[in-house]
Amino acid sequence: MATTTTPGTLLPSLPAATGRAGLRGAIASEFTKIRSVRSTYWTLAALLLVSIGIGAAITGGSAANFSHNPGNKAGFDATQTSLVAFFEIGQLIIAVIAALAITSEYSTGMIRTSLTAQPRRGRVYAAKAIVLTSLALIVSLLTSFIAFFVGQALLSSGGVSASLFHSVTIPRNANVTCPQQGPGGGGGGLPPGCKVVFSGTDVIHPSAVLLAIIGCALFVTLVAILAFGIGAIVRHTAGAIAIAIAALFIIPVLEQALPSEWRWDIMRFLPDAANQVVSLTIGDNANPHLWSAWPQLGVTALWAAALLAAGAYLFRKRDA
Amino acid sequence: MIEVQGLTKRYGEKTAVDELTFGIEPGMVTGFLGPNGAGKTTTMRCILGLDYPDAGTITVGGRDYHDLGYPMREVGALLDAKAVHGGRSAYHHLLCLAQTNNLPKRRVGEVLELVGLSEVSKKRSKGFSLGMSQRLGIAATLLGDPRVLMFDEPVNGLDPEGILWIRNLMKALAAEGRTVFVSSHLMSEMESTADHLIVIGRGKLIADCSMSEFIARSSGAAVRVRTPMAEALIKGVTAEGATTATGGDGAIEVRGMTAEAVGDIAFEQAIRLHELTVVRASLEEAFMELTASSVEYHAAVPGAAPTSESGA
Repeated sequence: MATTTTPGTLLPSLPAATGRAGLRGAIASEFTKIRSVRSTYWTLAALLLVSIGIGAAITGGSAANFSHNPGNKAGFDATQTSLVAFFEIGQLIIAVIAALAITSEYSTGMIRTSLTAQPRRGRVYAAKAIVLTSLALIVSLLTSFIAFFVGQALLSSGGVSASLFHSVTIPRNANVTCPQQGPGGGGGGLPPGCKVVFSGTDVIHPSAVLLAIIGCALFVTLVAILAFGIGAIVRHTAGAIAIAIAALFIIPVLEQALPSEWRWDIMRFLPDAANQVVSLTIGDNANPHLWSAWPQLGVTALWAAALLAAGAYLFRKRDA
Repeated sequence: MIEVQGLTKRYGEKTAVDELTFGIEPGMVTGFLGPNGAGKTTTMRCILGLDYPDAGTITVGGRDYHDLGYPMREVGALLDAKAVHGGRSAYHHLLCLAQTNNLPKRRVGEVLELVGLSEVSKKRSKGFSLGMSQRLGIAATLLGDPRVLMFDEPVNGLDPEGILWIRNLMKALAAEGRTVFVSSHLMSEMESTADHLIVIGRGKLIADCSMSEFIARSSGAAVRVRTPMAEALIKGVTAEGATTATGGDGAIEVRGMTAEAVGDIAFEQAIRLHELTVVRASLEEAFMELTASSVEYHAAVPGAAPTSESGA
C-alpha cells in the first residue's frame, strides 16, 4: 500500500476557511466574467464608435449647414446635437451588452455552473447587476463626454458650440430678409442676396451642459438595467434584445400614430421619453407635453427598477 | 454525506423523480444507475439546488445545499461539460468560479496542472474537444478541494484514454476518503469503478446495495463446478435448495447458492472437485433485467410482432 495513493496527494489541500461565500466574491467573479469575453469589448467598441462617430457626422453636418444658412443657428442646441447618436443608438448597444450579461449564461449553460458554485441566487443576481451597472455607468459617462467634446470641436467654426467652462450666448430667432419678393424658403440654403437678422438670445450655462452630458449617461445606464431585467425574465438573448428594442425604439414610433389628444399622456410614461428632455440645454426647445428632466428620468428609473425586480424574483424562483 | 428523503420532482404533468430516498456514504464510489430518462440528472440537479423539489428533503453533510458556507469546498459537481461560456478561456472560467468561494488564485493553476490543461489555459474553451471540456469540468469540481464529488455521465462520448483517466481519477478521489457519486446509464462502466450502487428507473428506487450484493442478487449469478462425481454433487446441492444445470462441457452450474456453500457440501460428502468458480453474471444483463419494466423509451424490436399503443 505504500506506493498507492495516500489521502491528499492529488492536490495540495486548501487552508481552512471561515465565514461563507458572499457578495464580494460574487462581484469579483462577475467582473472576471464580463472582462474575459470578447463580446464585451466588441460591443463596447461599437458603443463608442457609433456614439462618437455618428455624433461627429451629425455635428459636422450641422456645421456645414450653418455656412449655407446661418439662420439655422437660432435656437440650435449644440449639446443635444452632439449627444443624439449616443442616447438614441448607443442605448440599443448598451441594451445588448446588458442583456448578454445574463442571457449568455443561459445560452451557454454556464448558469448551472455558476449557481452550483454559489447557490444563493440573490447574491449572484445582485453581483451581476452591480457589475453591469458600474460598467455601464463608467462607459456611458466616458462616451457622453467624448461625444460632447468631439461634437463641439466640429461645431466651433459656427460659433454656436456649447462649453462646459463658460456661458454661451446664441440667437433665439432668425428672420431672413431678402431684397426681392421674399424668402426663398425651400432647400435650406440661403437665397442669394438675402440676409439673416437674429433677434433675442439664449444663454446656455455650463451647468446646463454638464447636466445634459451626465443626464444622458444616467439615462443610458438606466437602459442597461432595464435590458438586464428583461434578459433575466426571458433568459434568451435574441428575445431580450428584441423586446428591449421594441420598448425603446418601436413603441415610441408606433405611438406617433395615436391621436394627439392622449398621445402625450402615454408618451410621458414610456421608458425612452427621458432622453428628449435630459439632453436639452435650451429650455424653450422643451417638449411642453413632457415633464422636466429629473421626473422624466424617474420614469425610466421606475421601469428599470420594476424589470430588475421582476427579473430577480424569477431568477430566484425558477429552476435554473 | 448526501441524504435524499422522499424526493419528488415533476415537470408539468411528467413525474421525473418519484419519492426517491437514498443516502450516499463517504470514502467510496457510488454508482447512480438507470436507463436514459430515469431521473438521474434531475436528482443531481435537485441535490445541487438548481431545481426545486416538489416534495422531499435533501441534505449535504447535514445541511441544505443553499446553506453551505462555501459550496465548492463541500461539493464539486460536473453535470454538463459543455455548460461553460465558450468565449472564455479555461483559466478565466476557473478563476471566476474560484472567486465566488474566495478560493486562492493559485488554486486555478494547480487544478489545471492536475487535469493536464495548463498549456491551453489561455485558450477559449470553444475550441476544446469533448475530452478537454470534460477535463476542464473536472478541474472546476476540484477547485474547492471538496469532500463530495458528483459527476453526471462523465465518460459519455470520451475516447478510451479519457475513460481510463476519469475512472482512475474517481478511484483515487475515493481512496482519499472523498465521496464520489457518479451516474451512468451503462452498467459496464460502473462495473470497474463503483463500490456501491443506486439503481433507479422511472424516478423510483430499484436497488440500493453494494456492488457485490447486486451481483449476487441478480438471477444470473451462478457457481460453476467440475467434478467427476456429478450425480452426487447435484443431489447434494439440490437437497439444500439450489438448482443446477449441466453445460455441454460437463460443467455444472449451481444457482441459488454461494460458492462457499457448494464447497462445504462437497467437503462434507467427500465429493472431489476439479473446479469451483463463481460465475459473475454479466452486470449488463442483471441491470437490464432489473430495469426492464422501467425503461422510459422502449424501442420496437425489428421483426417482432407489431405492438399497438393500446396493447401495452
